[in-house]
Amino acid sequence: MVTIYDGKPGPSRREILKRGGIGALLVITGGAVISPQHAWGIEPLALKPQTMATLIQMARDIYPHDQLADKFYAIAVKTHDEQAAKDPAYKELIENGIADLDRKAGENGYSGLGWEDERVAVLKQIDTTPFFQTIRGGLVVGLYNQKEIWPVFGYEGESYSKGGYIERGFDDIEWL
Amino acid sequence: MAAPFDLNNDGVVVIIGSGAGGGTLGNELAQKGIDVVILEAGGRHEYEDFINDEWDSFAQLAWKDKRIASGDWRVARDFPNLPAWIVKAVGGSTVHWAGASLRFQEHEFKTLTTYGKLDDANLLDWPITLADLEPYYARAEDKMGVTRTNGIPGLPGNNNFKVLKAGADKLGYKECHTGRMAINSEERDGRMACQQTGFCFQGCKWGAKWSTLYTEIPKGEATGHLEVRPNSMAVKINHDDSGKVTGVVYADKDGKLQEQKARIVAVAGNSIESPRLLLNSNSSKFPDGLANSSGQVGRNYMRHTTGSVYAIFDKPVHMYRGTTMAGIVRDEARHDPSRGFVGGYELETLSLGLPFMAAFLDPGAWGRSFTTALDHYDHMAGLWIVGEDMPREDNRITLHAEEKDEHGMPIADVHFDDHANDTAMRNHAYKQSMALYDAVGATRSFPTPPYPSTHNLGTNRMSEKPEDGVVNKHGQTHDIKNLFVSDGSQFTSGGAENPTLTIVSLAIRQAEFIAGEMAAKNI
Repeated sequence: MVTIYDGKPGPSRREILKRGGIGALLVITGGAVISPQHAWGIEPLALKPQTMATLIQMARDIYPHDQLADKFYAIAVKTHDEQAAKDPAYKELIENGIADLDRKAGENGYSGLGWEDERVAVLKQIDTTPFFQTIRGGLVVGLYNQKEIWPVFGYEGESYSKGGYIERGFDDIEWL
Repeated sequence: MAAPFDLNNDGVVVIIGSGAGGGTLGNELAQKGIDVVILEAGGRHEYEDFINDEWDSFAQLAWKDKRIASGDWRVARDFPNLPAWIVKAVGGSTVHWAGASLRFQEHEFKTLTTYGKLDDANLLDWPITLADLEPYYARAEDKMGVTRTNGIPGLPGNNNFKVLKAGADKLGYKECHTGRMAINSEERDGRMACQQTGFCFQGCKWGAKWSTLYTEIPKGEATGHLEVRPNSMAVKINHDDSGKVTGVVYADKDGKLQEQKARIVAVAGNSIESPRLLLNSNSSKFPDGLANSSGQVGRNYMRHTTGSVYAIFDKPVHMYRGTTMAGIVRDEARHDPSRGFVGGYELETLSLGLPFMAAFLDPGAWGRSFTTALDHYDHMAGLWIVGEDMPREDNRITLHAEEKDEHGMPIADVHFDDHANDTAMRNHAYKQSMALYDAVGATRSFPTPPYPSTHNLGTNRMSEKPEDGVVNKHGQTHDIKNLFVSDGSQFTSGGAENPTLTIVSLAIRQAEFIAGEMAAKNI
């Protein structure tokens, strides 16, 4: 199982410096991708940790929401690792897709491109490929159907148990 | 109470489908003492089982069996295996519908006469007029508890409606209100009033919205003359040497084929499944499928000219709170060719939750242009365009040449090309809707493409002459006296109005006809 777990103590600052970071946020250490700032980590089952980290960056570049932490993108892409563990062809699709992305991005790879616009330019070269469409398509449900992110967008979700909105602002607009 | 009928009972009326058409017809016949078996492909979920969650509810209720979408409509590209968003459950799409209950306008029954011959369109006048249907519209409105009829007050306006109304006023539209809705604005018929929950599409957990599931069906069952058989997927209608239909073969809950004998069969499986079943019931006597001497079964598929417009404001709206579709502008529903198209359209409030907004706002889109729209989800207002589309012979349901479902029945191919009139109407509606929101201070707006079809119509059209269509003015097939069509596939043309009220009215009228013909021993 891929595990995404909160509260894992991050590696020391020295270890981060030694191993190098993905952007400013994610760290590859051993078999895991770690977010030291936000105290969570992910241990992929089948995909390389570096692949997982790049997938997370790619997910954010496809559906960028600056107010969402990396954790939600990590949760959204972990199904690809689970699928890769069951299906070698799927694993190849993802690993080759990321390798291709890195190649197109130049010597420092996809995650080495500092500006979102630079990374998006690379994504636009591949946005009709099955790899890209698999990742993008999976995110539509994988990202936006996480109940934890709904409040960030001001969506309140289920309302029946609260009696609907009849007493809770269905007509509370005041600025018209 | 719900009488279980024997498979060999050949005195029953078998209805395929339990939605607006089938569920209503079943109850109306049962009330007259006629024995009815309804075969429903889906399961039975009572309203307390509904789920206030878009994807979970979709999994519970939607018709997800594979279909193919083809043609130049964008749905074929975005949702190649989901041309329609309809329901597979007892109650059919009356579980999912939003409640808008509008009568057709007089001219919409006479499109060929009113619009004249249009290139690439297969317009035809209905064999009935508004006057013929008016008494049945009145009974349907009473049965369904439609607001703004029968002294029933309108629903209160929610935030999304208030934005619509403010924009409509600024544009000078005159007919804008909270709609004629089959959703209780006050307790009625043993069902409670709307609690403004905002999940109309996911099945109303209060039972405030009319659905055959908890109105017609239990009322029919209480007579002892109606049996609803869930998880029963009809695959073929049988007939005898004389050409009369004799029974329906269906796959039961275990996938085992059964045959329910019948005196009369009424097909009400929605405009994709109904023609699919008739086509799949071909035989040496009827090589092109049942009731298809005209060649019109499956043709003239209509799905309304639709689209949505969402707009972002600098202050919050919370459009998702409250009754989803209780808001309408009717001024553009008129026929006025000076706008560059025939027929008209309605603008109705609409909202999606965040998960479905992500899936439907601009399917396939990605990047900041898309995500910054969602970032302002709680500042959004939205509306749906529903207008008359042109019937076209080549817009049609066919049986797929190779792919079959789990019961060995060919899956449906749903082909649709937009007519130039559809495109002109949609563009006009986008422009008007964006102007409406601009007038209230929208900072950005989105002309959103059509969703998978919810209004599927016309594939077994009504016609005066047998060569022009599949059924007569009572929904009785021209070719086979004891075979009827009872859903929206009867529609000769689509009108600008949400179709459910018309389907229910036709079903009430058809029940009278069937009872009369049975009493006269004609069928």
